[in-house]
Amino acid sequence: MKIGTPKEVFEGENRVAMTPDSAKQLMKLGYECAVEAGAGANAGFTDAAYEAAGVEVLKTPAALWKASDIVAKVRQPDAAELKRLTKDKTLISFFNPAGNDDGMSAAKAKKANVIAMEMVPRISRAQKMDALSSMANIAGYRAVIEAGNNFGRFFTGQITAAGKVPPAKVLVVGAGVAGLAAIGTSTSLGAITLAFDVRPEVAEQVESMGAEFVYLDFEEEQADGAATGGYAAVSSPEFREAQLAKFRELAPEVDIVITTALIPNREAPELWTEDMVAAMKPGSVIVDLAAEKGGNCKLTVMDEKIVTENGVTIIGYTDFPSRMASQASTLYATNIRHMMTDLTPEKDGQINHDMEDDVIRGATVTFEGDITFPPPPPKVAAIAAKPKEVVPELTREEQLAAETAAFKAQTKQQVMLLGGGGALILLLGLVAPASFMQHFIVFVLACFVGFQVIWGVAHSLHTPLMAVTNAISSIIILGALMQIGSGSFLVILLAALSVFMAGINIFGGFLVTRRMLAMFQKS
Amino acid sequence: MIGFTTAAYVVAAVLFILSLGGLNNQESAKRAVWYGISGMALAVFATLIGPGSGLWLLSIPLIAAGGLIGYQLASKVEMTQMPELVAGMHALVGLAAVFVGYNAHFEIGNAAAANAMGADAVKELGSFGQLIAKKSAVEISILFVELSLGVWIGAVTFTGSVIAYGKLSGKVSSNAEKLPGGHMLNAGAAALSLVCLIWYLNTGGILPLLILTVAALFIGYHLIMGIGGADMPVVVSMLNSYSGWAAAAIGFSLGNDLLIVVGALVGSSGAILSYIMCKAMNRSFVSVILGGFGGTTGPAMEVEGEQIAIEADGVASALDDADSVVIIPGYGMAVAQAQQNVAELTRRLRAKGKTVRFAIHPVAGRLPGHMNVLLAEAKVPYDIVLEMDEINDDFPETDVAIVIGSNDIVNPAAQEDPNSPIAGMPVLECWKAKQVFVSKRGQGTGYSGIENPLFFKENTRMFYGDAKASLDKLLGMID
Repeated sequence: MKIGTPKEVFEGENRVAMTPDSAKQLMKLGYECAVEAGAGANAGFTDAAYEAAGVEVLKTPAALWKASDIVAKVRQPDAAELKRLTKDKTLISFFNPAGNDDGMSAAKAKKANVIAMEMVPRISRAQKMDALSSMANIAGYRAVIEAGNNFGRFFTGQITAAGKVPPAKVLVVGAGVAGLAAIGTSTSLGAITLAFDVRPEVAEQVESMGAEFVYLDFEEEQADGAATGGYAAVSSPEFREAQLAKFRELAPEVDIVITTALIPNREAPELWTEDMVAAMKPGSVIVDLAAEKGGNCKLTVMDEKIVTENGVTIIGYTDFPSRMASQASTLYATNIRHMMTDLTPEKDGQINHDMEDDVIRGATVTFEGDITFPPPPPKVAAIAAKPKEVVPELTREEQLAAETAAFKAQTKQQVMLLGGGGALILLLGLVAPASFMQHFIVFVLACFVGFQVIWGVAHSLHTPLMAVTNAISSIIILGALMQIGSGSFLVILLAALSVFMAGINIFGGFLVTRRMLAMFQKS
Repeated sequence: MIGFTTAAYVVAAVLFILSLGGLNNQESAKRAVWYGISGMALAVFATLIGPGSGLWLLSIPLIAAGGLIGYQLASKVEMTQMPELVAGMHALVGLAAVFVGYNAHFEIGNAAAANAMGADAVKELGSFGQLIAKKSAVEISILFVELSLGVWIGAVTFTGSVIAYGKLSGKVSSNAEKLPGGHMLNAGAAALSLVCLIWYLNTGGILPLLILTVAALFIGYHLIMGIGGADMPVVVSMLNSYSGWAAAAIGFSLGNDLLIVVGALVGSSGAILSYIMCKAMNRSFVSVILGGFGGTTGPAMEVEGEQIAIEADGVASALDDADSVVIIPGYGMAVAQAQQNVAELTRRLRAKGKTVRFAIHPVAGRLPGHMNVLLAEAKVPYDIVLEMDEINDDFPETDVAIVIGSNDIVNPAAQEDPNSPIAGMPVLECWKAKQVFVSKRGQGTGYSGIENPLFFKENTRMFYGDAKASLDKLLGMID
């Protein structure tokens, strides 16, 4: 089968869904690859590079759509592209199925199969084809770069001969993929980075990226974000108030705000209000990654950069991935390639659209003349492990009390053991003859010595310990030697056998111990 | 002469204690083994010239012949076969204890007969017979108890060790197998032994002693047959303990303090080892001995994700980038005889200035300390071989963890899934390392049959193939 990638028709879209590298991998799956002439030009992939990788370059979109059994592209297809679909063609692309009923009906009418990349379920197995995450990663990175481009100071603090420069203070709101990428970029540029998310369980991730998590003084059980596919749920009004109050407090301090808060299928929540913008220092920058859904700041203008009266720059671009077309294309093409790998389990160049597979089922929006959106919930849910109960730090008094209690318990146990053991021995002494008791004392003391000594043996020497105890347990030879002098033939025979076996053991045991110990060498 | 023998025994006992105590570190251990050898030599010498002076013509050649065989065995054995060797030698001690016990029984009969015949006949007896002839009736019945205890423990040790030897050397299936009736059979045999003991006490005849021995032989066989391969460290150390207790019981019946002391030392040593092993598996001693894993309390946690395979070049480049590497060997390394390759890998990585360390779980392998011995044989310096507690906290700062032939001891389910059969067992937290490579023969579960979520983690890559062959390939790419 042939996989084709047309040039993106959307104005300003620079990405491409197939790179020469990903094409090579696709060919390994048994597919032929084709691109429309100039498809990768804006992302830095020339037609010559494609040809060198063995990809057929077709002149017109019409020829490409006609020749391809599978079309992989980036942006949601427009009406003209949808017309080119036919039965038995598979389209893999972003599709926005929730807001694209017309597109789905058109695909359904053509009986084409459509896989929407944004519908890939967010489970571990599907991470390799999760294009939303790879694009969000780029958006987060680029957001910091854009902010830096519009911010008149260094990110990192410096003390130079020409004076002291304070470090920039960056606040990242929403610690999803984009947020975490922004945090990583910002901290590595040297800024003091604060981050906030309504899901307290991400605090650990935030801190692992080197940022400081902004905690609220608010007691509320938050739903586990993982249950909703990694997105935050809508929060209660009280929680929102506490959150806004915290932001108001931070607004005058921070230089750069990057907001990434999105709730699926809803308008973006307003998190950065006008009065916060007014409270910010002139020269500050806000990058609103939620601009497409109305923005986390109401002043944001989609796809534009504005400067407010008090000198705060608000960036509302929505095409961050496209601004890094080369990188974005590489990642997206890899996501597509992984999707194809899952669609081609036999590696025979034939697509196997398995609607039983959670991932493929989830991403498919139209299949053989049916609209299959929305998908049923996936069978495996990626619920994170329950957070561990935090054990409160014990105060000094409590610690002391616990120690005393443990000591008392230990003493009690020892006294009981000693008392019990002593009583048993005394009882035994009442009935047993003196000759037995003499030996018994030796036995008890030897056990005691044994316990004391063996605890000190190094773990790594347990095998030599067993070999040496094995050797010395053949001390039983003494018994056999004492009996061998008997007059009875049977006794002599058994004793002789015992001496023989114990002899094997003594020499074997000690020798093997020596061999082992000689091997232990210090570096 | 008796005074000299006793004095020699005291010295020997002290030497034995020192030889065990010296095993607390590798250097002093080399000296300690000499204490043990001199102690043994002294004890045998003192016995030969003292109470055992009867038949030198027989005893000395026999010791020499046994020694020769022992020498052959010990110099030829491969370090990977150490568990079998130790188990096999336990069997010898057990059998010797049975024989010595029976001899004591015969001597009691002889002594009684001699006593009836008069003082001259008593003098005809060997040194041990004379000792018995002096005993009172109460002492004789205590002697009966002691010797039947010695015979019983010895017999259990003997068949148990033979089966353990068979399982460890692969001659007997290492699966846990029980005859129909299970533990009831063991309980029945134990009850039968008790009845025989009482019978024997009353009559002093040979028949109850024989039945008791057969019952004990059966218990040893059936008990160890019911224990699976991964529990072998506990079994071997338990048998070690039994062989000690058998020697102590025989010591009582012979009235020999040195036997009692050494038996008690060995017995307690084995008991402590078993305890340490059980603790490392978070299982009670009883549940190990009764075999099989305890019942689970609910369905096991779903494992999600997929096992991602990797080839040698991927591992090589990751190792090239890593600064710190931790290797976790398990029984699979011993089976594949891969320790030399592991050691060579370690040498090459260390030559490149990387920190390479080994993490050893207490129950890795089939014998306590098994891995340490194998690594030592391959000349891995012991100061980079660390215990679980020493290294577990270091995994988050480790770049690459390599798991070679271990499974359950690195299973995160022990911590994450309260329903897992191994829940609560301390494990090596290798999944906290930045990247984990698992060298494994193929997909599938470990000994306990538990799915290992480690293999499905995002930072885990499966390096399929025989451990030795995989490492060979890997070594070709690292210079």
